Amino acid sequence: MPERDLAAEFRAGNVRGLARAITLVERRDPAVRRLLAELGQPRPPVVGFTGAPGTGKSTLVDALIRHWRALGRKVAVIAVDPNSPYSGGAILGDRIRMQGHALDPGVYIRSMGARGHLGGLSLATREAVRLLGAFGFDEVVLETVGVGQSELEVAAVADTTVVVMAPGLGDGVQMIKAGILEIADVLVVNKADLAGAQRAAQELRTMLNLAPRTEWKPPIVMTVALSGEGMDELEQALARHRHYLEGSGEGRRRMQARLREEAADLVGQWAREAALRLLEADGELGRLADESPYVAAEQILSRLGTGGERAEARA
Amino acid sequence: MATRAAPPRPVRIVLAKVGLDGHDRGVKVVARALRDAGYEVIYTGLRQTPAMVVDAALQEDAQAIGLSLHSGAHMTLIPAVLEELRRRQATDILVFAGGIIPDEDIAELKRMGVAEIFTPGAPLQGIVEWLRERFPEVES
Amino acid sequence: MLRSRAHEEWEQAYEASPRRDDGLETSTLSGQELAPLYTVEDLPEGVEGEYPGRYPYLRGIHPGGYRGKLWTMRQFSGFASAAETNRRYKYLLENGQTGLSVAFDMPTLMGLDSDHPESRGEIGYCGVAIDSLADMDRLFEGIPLDRVSTSMTINSPAAILLCMYLAVAERQGVPFSRLEGTLQNDILKEFIAQKEFVFPPGPSMRLVVDSIEFCTREVPRWNTVSISGYHIREAGSTAVQELAFTLADGFAYVDACLERGLKIDDFAPRLSFFFDAHIDFFEEIAKFRAARRLWARHLRERYGATSERSWKLRFHTQTAGVSLTAQQPEINVARTAIEALAAVLGGTQSLHTNAMDEVLALPTDRAARIALRTQQVIAYETGVANTVDPLGGSYLVESLTRRMEEEAERYFQRIEELGGVIPAIEAGFMQREIADAAFRHQQELEQRRRIMVGVNEFTQGNEEDTIELLRIRPELEEEQIERVREVRRRRDRGRAERALEQVRKAAADPKENLMPHILEAVRAYCTEGEIMAAMEEVFGRYTETPVI
Repeated sequence: MPERDLAAEFRAGNVRGLARAITLVERRDPAVRRLLAELGQPRPPVVGFTGAPGTGKSTLVDALIRHWRALGRKVAVIAVDPNSPYSGGAILGDRIRMQGHALDPGVYIRSMGARGHLGGLSLATREAVRLLGAFGFDEVVLETVGVGQSELEVAAVADTTVVVMAPGLGDGVQMIKAGILEIADVLVVNKADLAGAQRAAQELRTMLNLAPRTEWKPPIVMTVALSGEGMDELEQALARHRHYLEGSGEGRRRMQARLREEAADLVGQWAREAALRLLEADGELGRLADESPYVAAEQILSRLGTGGERAEARA
Repeated sequence: MATRAAPPRPVRIVLAKVGLDGHDRGVKVVARALRDAGYEVIYTGLRQTPAMVVDAALQEDAQAIGLSLHSGAHMTLIPAVLEELRRRQATDILVFAGGIIPDEDIAELKRMGVAEIFTPGAPLQGIVEWLRERFPEVES
Repeated sequence: MLRSRAHEEWEQAYEASPRRDDGLETSTLSGQELAPLYTVEDLPEGVEGEYPGRYPYLRGIHPGGYRGKLWTMRQFSGFASAAETNRRYKYLLENGQTGLSVAFDMPTLMGLDSDHPESRGEIGYCGVAIDSLADMDRLFEGIPLDRVSTSMTINSPAAILLCMYLAVAERQGVPFSRLEGTLQNDILKEFIAQKEFVFPPGPSMRLVVDSIEFCTREVPRWNTVSISGYHIREAGSTAVQELAFTLADGFAYVDACLERGLKIDDFAPRLSFFFDAHIDFFEEIAKFRAARRLWARHLRERYGATSERSWKLRFHTQTAGVSLTAQQPEINVARTAIEALAAVLGGTQSLHTNAMDEVLALPTDRAARIALRTQQVIAYETGVANTVDPLGGSYLVESLTRRMEEEAERYFQRIEELGGVIPAIEAGFMQREIADAAFRHQQELEQRRRIMVGVNEFTQGNEEDTIELLRIRPELEEEQIERVREVRRRRDRGRAERALEQVRKAAADPKENLMPHILEAVRAYCTEGEIMAAMEEVFGRYTETPVI
């Protein structure tokens, strides 16, 4: 593959350059750092969408894209599929429900598997968001099905986290995963035309009232993504939350916490990679680990600390 | 547990149904087989126009496009995908196809630039091995 | 039950006898385990009380089987233009075929006119291109509609094509009450398997019920829905899944019609079925027999139908397209003959036998004739039509039949638990079951636990030249596009616009039956694509969430 001048491709608005740069992020290629340093890194607001399979998240995102496009805003979507089988392969199919925007150059959709990220999914998505900002997108949506830890990773990256629910199939609100209300900034009851939607909303309200009081009370928005019903209300709820983040200083606090978290994550990841290299290269260290991983870990840390090994991504 | 420091480069493949037919048994079976062989498959679903397929491949930074079609429009739609790739300066993306395609059309399509065509009865293992030759960097 | 001495002796002898050591599956094609031997001990209770022509019709719906009437030999065909297909129909009728079966091209099936950009490359390829009443008129030119029965394989735009047929009848002076035929009109299996959907499930079901309601009143001899397992099977399902999902679809139509206020015995007799005949001979025969008994029981016991005609499951069969190979295509004649025999022994009312080259392209005249001749050999040479349900009482077949009924009931239960057929579709339940089965089967082939002759074994001869193929004239596309544009130029524009507006209005009013409005639009030479577009403005378009 010939080296591409990604910065030039970004400036020219060539979507292939952007796509390639995100691949480099997934491969943890340090070239991305140089690219972002050259381009500057405006960070667009990120809205995270999470929810159980079948709640209509993608359809909802599709409707939201339409809404934003009507306002002339450029929108990027990162659809994360956390289901990654043992083989490391994946089938990513979330684009399908967002095909209303196929061929619209103001919309970019990227599917991301969990392969190789090993809990570092948020690292990759944070960096991808910067690239999307540098490319000129005004809004970024991070979408993931709420399984495993993926919704926590979304919440760790997004400014506003939307948790999507739908009535039906017996999965009442009481089935909501523990902790999900804590990450929700906006709650959506989608498929609001189905029986049980009102009851679901009522149950949610009750649960929210029982939750500890906070400054921001997550609104509950009823939508029918298929028909576009409730999209205005959703957009207003997102705008209100954005406004709240700015006005209350919460946005700044969150941003700061996120950057620090990211720094810590990076240390964790780089140290891990360096440790694996050390263990492979140094037979004695390896044998030590076979006996006591704790002792070996202390040794590794001290060697990394003295600069004996440069703990950073493959440079 | 692998003690690999950096993740392998995932080969990304866009699988698409072009044309109007809805016969997706074959493409789904292939998608599963490629996933199990370690590829990242981006399935774009039914009734994709050539422009949509190429657009998806560009956005997803796919190295290959696999087209499935059973409607008989292969001599119209496959060349249209190749043409769209030329227009978007992305002819480095490999195109392969599967479906009911007569021998003489296969020869013609290969002349036009299709890398390989798999007809009904082609073993999945053959498809996987062919891709592995084309993309030796994939891990599995 | 105490085992007979003979049975025990056989068992010992069997255990001691050598086995083939080829690693091949001994279960049915669908993976149902089979014992090496079935005996009287395996006969389900009550089998001896079953008689043909009597509820629950395990042994057939007619007391005389094929002694009364042979099955209808109905070869599905259509290609290129209406004029060319019309010639093929006349050829088939002259050769002894007894019913017509129209295959439409992909744009027609998807509700697109020939001049739509997405129709490019597909016009006239998989069937005949029909854009407006003008094409339909040409398709049946010289074929009096009161003298043939016609089956039309069309789903999303089924109501429109039926109205075109009705309009042709009007022009021929044939009253609706004398029309006989079948509309596939089975939208549920499109969502499950064939994927030729346009509108979302809700409005799609409304259109089906509208057409049933209309026909029940106006076209009483018309089979309103051909509830199809064929496409479910071809998408990779097992025989049990085909059986269960098809009947579940049937119950969903019954429920929808009852909800509309129709009376069960007014519409149920005009629901018919369409199954696949695959290559696992006994499993297929058991499937057909099980389907009949299940339908009869549910219609009588669950829905309270009192007319025998409601209880009787009538079905058309097509031999399995997926069982055919592009390698050494002549072998397909043998496969098709065996599958057709299974359909006949299962008691089918009508039958399509695939042509040997159908896996490659549209059948040539010669291949189409051989396919028809295959049915004639079964009907007139083999003698199988002389006895009603000749496999009735077979230990294996009766036992398999009962087992498949029980497994189908379990599927009904699961679908019920998901909230019914449409919620189950939306949850991807059937789609996932089918995809799993298809993948399993493919792996069995890969691992050579099952053999497909000419594909993963016995491939000598594959290199020989393939047979001659029918090609569609390249000029056809332009001609057809010109034809639909000509229709739009020459019609009364005001009348067409008013008719489309009426369709739109009726679509927006769920209490209104769309059929009379569509019929008027067809008479006004509105095209298929225009009528679909008018409805889509109100109904919206369906995008599936794929299940892989």
